[in-house]
Parts: sequence; C-alpha cells; structure tokens
Amino acid sequence: MEEITALLVSRYNYWAFIVLMMVGLYGMIAKNNLVKKIIGMNIFQTAIILFYVSIGAKKDATIPIIEHGHHGEEVVIKAVDYINPLPHVLMLTAIVVSVATLGVALALAIRVYRQYNTLEENEIKSQLSEE
Amino acid sequence: MVWQFDVIILTLVIVCGIGALAVKDLIGAAILFSAYSFLMCLLWAIMGAVDVAFTEASVGAGVSTVLFVAAVFQTRRRSKD
Repeated sequence: MEEITALLVSRYNYWAFIVLMMVGLYGMIAKNNLVKKIIGMNIFQTAIILFYVSIGAKKDATIPIIEHGHHGEEVVIKAVDYINPLPHVLMLTAIVVSVATLGVALALAIRVYRQYNTLEENEIKSQLSEE
Repeated sequence: MVWQFDVIILTLVIVCGIGALAVKDLIGAAILFSAYSFLMCLLWAIMGAVDVAFTEASVGAGVSTVLFVAAVFQTRRRSKD
C-alpha cells in the first residue's frame, strides 16, 4: 500500500495533467460564451502536451544534445543520460496545430458574432429557433 | 527537476487555467491565458524540453494572446458566465 501511495505521489505531473484536462473539458462543455469555449479547448490541448512531455522526462538526465559529435569521431553515448526527444518533436507539431485551430476557431466566432450579434450560445440558439 | 519548483508552477498553472475560464472580462481571460501559457513554457524548460519551451513562449504566449485580443476587439468584451 505504501509503495502505491509513494508511486502516486511521485507522479504529480500526471495528476496536474488530469486536473488541467478536466478543466479544459469543463470549459468546452459548460461555458456559454464562444471565446470561453475556445480558451477551454486550448487548455485541453496544452494539458495533452504536458502529458507527452512528462513521458519523455527523466531524472538526472540532460537535454538531448550531443556535445562531442561535431568532428566525426566515434563517441559512446548512454541513453540514460539524455531525455527522450521523440515526444518533444511530436509536441512541437501539436503546438503549431493548436495555434492554427485557435485562429480558425476565432475567425468562425467573429463570423458568428457578425451574423447573430452575440457570442452567447443560448442566445444564438433562441435566435435560431425563432426563425 | 527540482520537485518544489515543479509543484509551485503546476499549482500556478492550474490556478491560471481556472481563472481564465472564470473571469467575466474577456480581455482579462486572454491575459490570464497568456500567463498560463508562459508558466507552461517554464514547466517545459524545467523538464528539459527546450525546443518545446521556446516554441510555446513565442507561439502560445505571444501569437495566441494577440489573436484573442484582436478577436475580442472585433466582438464584445463582456461575457455572461
């Protein structure tokens, strides 16, 4: 039992990831304002990026740059000493994609505002049902 | 990774995230979201993901805030929830 507790406490990054993901999901579902929904979507995305970067992190390891590899000689490298760079590279793409989705979502929100003159979801729904 | 720094920054991140969703002023929400992104960037620099950290600092904390402020400027500043 103590081992499980120690394991759960030492993985605090994942607890923060779960909390942030639920905060983002709450923002997307429960908030009425469209801009608030978009903020919730972005929080959700950064939470997933936090999860992936936490997978790659190691204790007592440095950043994945090999210092002696410039002159073509052979060097022995221990993978234990370096943080895993594969999740970082995947998440670079995810950050760029998240900014693109943010731009498209805000452009759509501006179009909706021009059409219905409001950003609240329930007002848009009531205007739609009146038509 | 120093765990004290980690825990402090993670709490601040969660507080900023909840605050960005709770504030009724949308400009305030955009600024809180930019603080959230910047704290996230600090977290990634601590975890050794420097490339992700500086991409997030420029793109997440910089460009998204500009986009949010521009969108709020085109629409309405007050939110009802």
